Amino acid sequence: MTTLPISLTVNGYRHELEVDTRVTLLDLLRERLELSGTKKGCDRGQCGACTVLVDGKRINSCLALAVSHDGAEVLTIEGVAHGEELHPVQAAFIAHDGFQCGFCTPGQIMSTLGLIAEGQAGDDPERIREGLSGNICRCAAYGGIVEAVLEARQHLAGTGRRTAA
Amino acid sequence: MRDFDFIRPATISDAIAAAAGPGSAYLAGGTNLLDLMKGGITSPERIVDITRLPELNRIETLDDGGLRIGALVRNADLAHDPAFAKAYPAVAEALLSGASAQLRNAATVGGNLLQRTRCSYFYDTASACNRREPGSGCSALGGENRLHAILGWSDACIATHPSDFCVPLVALDTVVEIEGKEGRRHVTLEEFHRLPGDTPQRETMLEPGELIVAVRLPAEAASFAAHARYLKVRERTSYAFAVVSAAAALVVDRGKIRGARLALGGVAAKPWRARSAEAALLGADADEASFVRAADAALADASPSGDNAFKIELARRIVVRALMAAKAGTPERMPALPASPFSSIPGVRHDA
Repeated sequence: MTTLPISLTVNGYRHELEVDTRVTLLDLLRERLELSGTKKGCDRGQCGACTVLVDGKRINSCLALAVSHDGAEVLTIEGVAHGEELHPVQAAFIAHDGFQCGFCTPGQIMSTLGLIAEGQAGDDPERIREGLSGNICRCAAYGGIVEAVLEARQHLAGTGRRTAA
Repeated sequence: MRDFDFIRPATISDAIAAAAGPGSAYLAGGTNLLDLMKGGITSPERIVDITRLPELNRIETLDDGGLRIGALVRNADLAHDPAFAKAYPAVAEALLSGASAQLRNAATVGGNLLQRTRCSYFYDTASACNRREPGSGCSALGGENRLHAILGWSDACIATHPSDFCVPLVALDTVVEIEGKEGRRHVTLEEFHRLPGDTPQRETMLEPGELIVAVRLPAEAASFAAHARYLKVRERTSYAFAVVSAAAALVVDRGKIRGARLALGGVAAKPWRARSAEAALLGADADEASFVRAADAALADASPSGDNAFKIELARRIVVRALMAAKAGTPERMPALPASPFSSIPGVRHDA
């Protein structure tokens, strides 16, 4: 087994780790750091359940080798809320029933954070659906998901304006 | 997954030296490589991580007006670069029609060119596949092959190249910049991917250890910006490989075609430049009758490799529709569903 030392900042905490070169970022999060909120669905980049933000961008953590991300900043679902206070995206998913079984939800929420930060979709439901097509929901809660994304985006845009004023 | 050494070179020449031995693989975005390694289709002994080579990450305008795109530029960064999307709209549209937002954030320019076929028999190590294991046969012949090649295939292999990005790139005369032990060389993208023939395992012109460092779009490629589209038929609305796709780019002057580029995706083991169709379009009226003649020329040599004769007629229709869309003009804003034939195109029949 070949191992290498890496440094990774996850949800604001820095970790110095010795990792097997074969370990994916997904398995590192779940098995080594015990952050099992990030889900292992297909493990082949087809379902989006493993979505996390790496240096601010959403990626499939199942297709990322941990050793290739030495020095990266990772945000997982565990780092989204502020203590007991839900992030507006999380609150909107609950308000709009944006899930049923909940397995895909961490990936949906991380992907939504990426989508909103990218700023391409605006308030167009068709662009939101296209922008989230990498996240499969087998309960088909898509209607609620799109409503949640719309509300969260408007809420965050409003908050931004108030902060600026 | 087998154990492997992991090397992170600091320079391009170190990378090439590290990858010189057999069993080496370059790692960039990793979106295809890791998938292949998990499935046991590829088992490198040494991974050379090129993601920390800053000189591969640039988009530069060249003195001759061309554009040089570093091999490590991420698909999403390129597609959302406003200057790039304005000058090469069909390329941006193709990029955004491929994969998902997560994958486009990781996948790179060079990796897109080098991604492997998604033929299910290539991925299934219990099946015969001449591409994966030369001489073992082809389980796709006589198998589930409705999505396989209709152009340029051989009895050894009927797989298709899955890239969207490469389709408008090959139409626009893109050149691939390659570096190896012997120095730097240039190969046109049209020559870069090989047809299967008797050696489907030889997929590209790259020699072992060579690295794609950039692709170059010639200055002329931007002259089609006002009339350039990519259309892609998928089996679901989004996040699927092409059944058939087409990139069409025109220069139209007073109703006459003064410049034409056409390429097809999902039809062959390489992005398919349709030069005979381009020749038929030059000087012709920019109307549906000319586009139908061009589509017939583009598919003149097509033949089914299995249960996929429908793709020949589908490809003809998507060519006509892509040319109609290109004639109608590049949209001001990227469509909500990039490359979707289900978006309405002014002046185009819904059943075309």
